[in-house]
Amino acid sequence: METKNMMIVGVGGQGTLLASKLFGRLLLDQGYDVKVSEVHGMSQRGGSVVTYVRWGDRVCSPVIDKGEADFILSFELLEAARWMEFLRPGGRIITNTQQINPMPVITGAAEYPQALEKRMAEAGVALDAMDALSLAEEAGSSKAVNLVLLGRLSRYFDWPEETWQQAITASVPEKFLELNRKAFHLGRNS
Amino acid sequence: MKTLMLGNEAVARGLYEAGCAVVSSYPGTPSTEITEAAAKYPEIYAEWAPNEKVGMETAFGASLAGRRSFCGMKHVGLNVAADPLFTIAYTGVNAGMVIGVADDAGMHSSQNEQDSRHYAKAAKLPMLEPADSAEALAFTKAAYELSERFDTPVLLKMCTRVSHSQSVVETGERVEPAPVPYEKKAAKYIMMPGNAIRRHPVVEERLKQLAEYAETCPFNRVEEGSDHKVGIITSSTSYQYVKEVCGDRFPVLKLGMAWPMPEKLIRDFAASVSLLTVVEELDGFIEDHCRALGLSLAGKDVFTPLGEFSQNLVAEKLGLPVPRGTALEETIPARPPVMCAGCPHRGLFYTLNKLKLTVLGDIGCYTLGAVPPLAAIDSTICMGASVSGIHGFLKAAGGEMDGRTVAVIGDSTFMHSGITGLVNIAYNESNATVIILDNSITGMTGHQQNPTTGFNLKGDPCTKIDLETLCKAVGIRRVRVVDPYDLAQCEAAIKEELAAPEASVIISRRPCVLLKYVKTAPPLTVDKDKCVGCKACMKIGCPAISVRDGKAGVDETLCVGCNVCQQLCKFDALRAPGEV
Repeated sequence: METKNMMIVGVGGQGTLLASKLFGRLLLDQGYDVKVSEVHGMSQRGGSVVTYVRWGDRVCSPVIDKGEADFILSFELLEAARWMEFLRPGGRIITNTQQINPMPVITGAAEYPQALEKRMAEAGVALDAMDALSLAEEAGSSKAVNLVLLGRLSRYFDWPEETWQQAITASVPEKFLELNRKAFHLGRNS
Repeated sequence: MKTLMLGNEAVARGLYEAGCAVVSSYPGTPSTEITEAAAKYPEIYAEWAPNEKVGMETAFGASLAGRRSFCGMKHVGLNVAADPLFTIAYTGVNAGMVIGVADDAGMHSSQNEQDSRHYAKAAKLPMLEPADSAEALAFTKAAYELSERFDTPVLLKMCTRVSHSQSVVETGERVEPAPVPYEKKAAKYIMMPGNAIRRHPVVEERLKQLAEYAETCPFNRVEEGSDHKVGIITSSTSYQYVKEVCGDRFPVLKLGMAWPMPEKLIRDFAASVSLLTVVEELDGFIEDHCRALGLSLAGKDVFTPLGEFSQNLVAEKLGLPVPRGTALEETIPARPPVMCAGCPHRGLFYTLNKLKLTVLGDIGCYTLGAVPPLAAIDSTICMGASVSGIHGFLKAAGGEMDGRTVAVIGDSTFMHSGITGLVNIAYNESNATVIILDNSITGMTGHQQNPTTGFNLKGDPCTKIDLETLCKAVGIRRVRVVDPYDLAQCEAAIKEELAAPEASVIISRRPCVLLKYVKTAPPLTVDKDKCVGCKACMKIGCPAISVRDGKAGVDETLCVGCNVCQQLCKFDALRAPGEV
């Protein structure tokens, strides 16, 4: 099987690492060779963050380059636009419609670009945009955006919901299990 | 068992399986998780040392006592530990000793991108260089065998992409090597000139034997290819990019042992291909060695010494097809890292900016105090350079800059390398004002304990070094504590200490707002009737505050009610819940 690529992008602190750990575990359980590349340290402090997940028969590079991603799972709209160039032709962006202003926008040095969804679609991107924040809040916490988005992502794979829920059970502390399972379910059925 | 592990976790697993007994490290991205993961194995004694030099000397002491040991650090940490490194290269070890060092090409979280492989060559030590987590585990275990077989410390070189990528590893069982009895061996372990003169030839002879070993070392391997027009020598993460784009087309010599290099293996490989190409990140280290062997090749003339590589970069340089994507035409605003909402450093840096002081900075989250709108830092060099630097700055200025200059340094960084600079200030008498930003944790690397926090690496309570007492003991008479959330108090204290005719230390104390035990306050709200849109609250660069349609707004999901912005509002528009 040719190597498949997914990028998980967002803003430091949004829970992208849990999403990649969970998905990586699921892929390993399915028997794939897997690599998950994370960013730690300075860039976590509210900066733009990206995690690369790759799977197949033999995965070499731990990162994904421009024009290679089959999926970009984006936790924030501007980040979807930022990483769009990494999508391969025919790839898909699944994005939260939430907007978080970066510091240059907060200080007035730049403006948050308008109509990003429309313009990404016009550029030929297969875009699946959703309000993951509202569903996360419905599940019980705004912090569960990651599981809502994973739920939405799961619709593009053939595995049954139970396979995903098993990976969630294995990756999430008992205390937050119900919240995360619910958030995933809401995302999957949104 | 097959499992996914970060490269760093795999090194820790290797330490566990090899029977390593003592780990002493200083945190530093991208190396930190090695020691954090090692600490989770009850069989391993693991600790945070105050700096890398102490960590390496502790690990040496453990080896001397007869137990396998490890110290871990980032590339710049090895500069700090270079002193013991070059001399334990002479003494060799008793039980196996491994030194983990992680480079940061691309400077994800570093102040330079130096190439640690030069240290192996300069100190005449063997260095192994894994390319993924499975190798990280295997090489760590092998490093102990090499260390004991050749009587040498062994360097294990990681890099950001190997350290911070999870890949599949197969775990094994721990071995418990019998402790090697300690025997007094003056000629081996007392490195005074008379003995060291006799050890140097041992080092040279050992290097020759290691170079012979490198010829058959299983970690140096040729992978055959169908097209011998090009042959690639590569290592570490560069190997992964090469295999990603070339597959089995070109023959590849993968060097898992970075130093010493196998001369015959390289010569034979070079002779089997038309164009020898070396693909390596950062410096032309393999390249220089090949050129010294008289080989002609393509290296840094094609592959940049700057930053990280990727599969597209390697494909482009090798003349292979490069995938392309589509970008939006307009520029996407950057999203740089920022100080968190409620960060205790914010109020302090606001004050430094307001007073228009010259600020010698240091290494930590608070380097973000250099970014507008705070823009309150003039220099950042290395751990401790703020405290040493301000002394030289003031001496050179001959009193001109007294009262206008401060040094800022974090609690962990102060314990790492700030104390000696403060000793110099006291001893050689400069009128420096040093501000210790005490957020009660090592913040930037992800919340590691340090000697001032009262907890050890395992989270157990332990001796807490008292900063006030320490600074006074060093000889600083003026030591005071301020709360950085209280802007008036900060400003008054800084002005007073700058005016004082002697050196002083201000401890700006408040725990990192991300610490679990820190209780935050409810978010502030904006009284839109009172807000005049003056943007005074924007001067602190808080990610929770923005101005829309001429009025300030507070993001209630981010605001932790630190009230720093409230102190800037002359119109009483920012309110805590319940306030009228």
